[in-house]
Amino acid sequence: MTTNQSATTTPGLDTGVNDLVGDVRGAGLELHGITKRFGRNEVLHGVDLSVRPGHTVCIIGPSGSGKSTLLRCINRLEEPNSGTILLDGEDMTTADPDRLRSRVGMVFQHFNLFPHRTVLDNLVLPLRKVRGLGAEEARDRAVRSLADVGLAHKRDFRPASLSGGQQQRVAIARALAMRPEVMLFDEATSALDPELVKEVLDLMTGLAKAGMTMVVVTHEMGFARQAADHVVFMDQGRIVEQGEAATLFERPSSDRLAGFLSKVL
Amino acid sequence: MDQLQTLLQSFFNVPDMLVVLPDILGYGLWNTLLLAAAATVVGIVIGLVLAAMAVSRSRVLRVLAGIYTDVFRGLPAILTILVLGQGLAPLFNTVTKGNPYPLGILALGLIAGAYIGEIFRSGIQSIDKGQLEAARALGLGYGPAMRLVVIPQGIRRVLPALVNQFIAIVKDSSLVYFLGLVTSQRELFRVGQDAAVTYANLSPLVTAGVFYLLITVPLTHLVNVIDRRLRTGRAAVDNDDGRGTGTTATPATPATAPAGAVTIGQDG
Repeated sequence: MTTNQSATTTPGLDTGVNDLVGDVRGAGLELHGITKRFGRNEVLHGVDLSVRPGHTVCIIGPSGSGKSTLLRCINRLEEPNSGTILLDGEDMTTADPDRLRSRVGMVFQHFNLFPHRTVLDNLVLPLRKVRGLGAEEARDRAVRSLADVGLAHKRDFRPASLSGGQQQRVAIARALAMRPEVMLFDEATSALDPELVKEVLDLMTGLAKAGMTMVVVTHEMGFARQAADHVVFMDQGRIVEQGEAATLFERPSSDRLAGFLSKVL
Repeated sequence: MDQLQTLLQSFFNVPDMLVVLPDILGYGLWNTLLLAAAATVVGIVIGLVLAAMAVSRSRVLRVLAGIYTDVFRGLPAILTILVLGQGLAPLFNTVTKGNPYPLGILALGLIAGAYIGEIFRSGIQSIDKGQLEAARALGLGYGPAMRLVVIPQGIRRVLPALVNQFIAIVKDSSLVYFLGLVTSQRELFRVGQDAAVTYANLSPLVTAGVFYLLITVPLTHLVNVIDRRLRTGRAAVDNDDGRGTGTTATPATPATAPAGAVTIGQDG
């Protein structure tokens, strides 16, 4: 997995991942028997999922299948009703959720950058308040992280003046500056105009190659096929089928996956 | 014609209008502004606490904030000012030395807090919940996430409503005259009222009214300017020279901010 990414990436190129290799250390992630109810409606029925360190898992499935809820259970934005979350073997199910979240980065469909702060301050804020870095160190690390996603020159802009693709890359940089061991992507390209999708997917691909552990909820089957070590198909709150991308896409063994693929491919 | 003359004489008697000017400029105007500003500060502090309680996850805190808001918003200001100003006077005598002025500010502030709390609450609740989620996902606790991310955006959105509230406080500050202030503490209304009694003519009160309008009308227009700016999402003042304008520079509002959010009023 440790291809010489930095040597093949042109420095200063607007898209691309510079020097990510040295910083990335993906952790192993295991979910056991995760259930989640909203009121009386159970949306996850005991889901197990295992992600090896440095691997990328794509979760696909129809809307309402519970894939986003599962993703949000991993960093406990939704608290599971039962089940366990293990990060490198350490049980994170009942510990302080802030400890878990400081090791797990998340990227949202609608970016969720802080609009009242500059791009740079979006990165500096959590570095100072969560990581406890001093002003100078936080700033240096934020600038480096922005450079990694090719957007250091936008540091003094407000998020609203950036394109959607650039905003999402800032959101990724904000998560990466925290040096997470796992990255969660919740339909990170679904809100983007078609011509802006590629720059974000390229960045995600580079991050996967650099050895980050990634769980990606996506509708981008091309990305799943190309970048995922493992693909999970969910429907109605359960994992129906999982395996290597090629196997899953070429020879789906369940009718439900075959039906789903026939609609999206 | 006689009647018109009588009307003009009782409202716009120029010598009587001018006779209060020294007192108005000497202390009346200043006292009104001081009362209103101090009450607003008290009201903002109370309002922030109330809003934090109103959006908290604790039912007890939400109910307590609701009771406070219902009581102070539901009572006539004059009643609250009289009851608190006179009722609390013995309690605070050692501090206030019989001076009703601080108690007037306190009473005005307690009332304003109820309204400002509702303004802040509506502003905070108008912020997309993705903002809190993103902050929490980065590892910030609930308190810091609210304080650093959600509340600053909410307050910016309700600036017009806050200025409106200040206008209401400027007008309500006239009610402290019921507490009986010594001459140098009297505000616009009482200064006009004193002169009106002395000269048996309403013209001094008209002068006081003019000064109220001089305060409130420009503020009303300020509200409109802020409101328009928030609605149209004026472009950020961005520079690319690496020095930055800092976060306290011209507020940059995203064009995506719901335009309706800024008009949510104190009764929302």
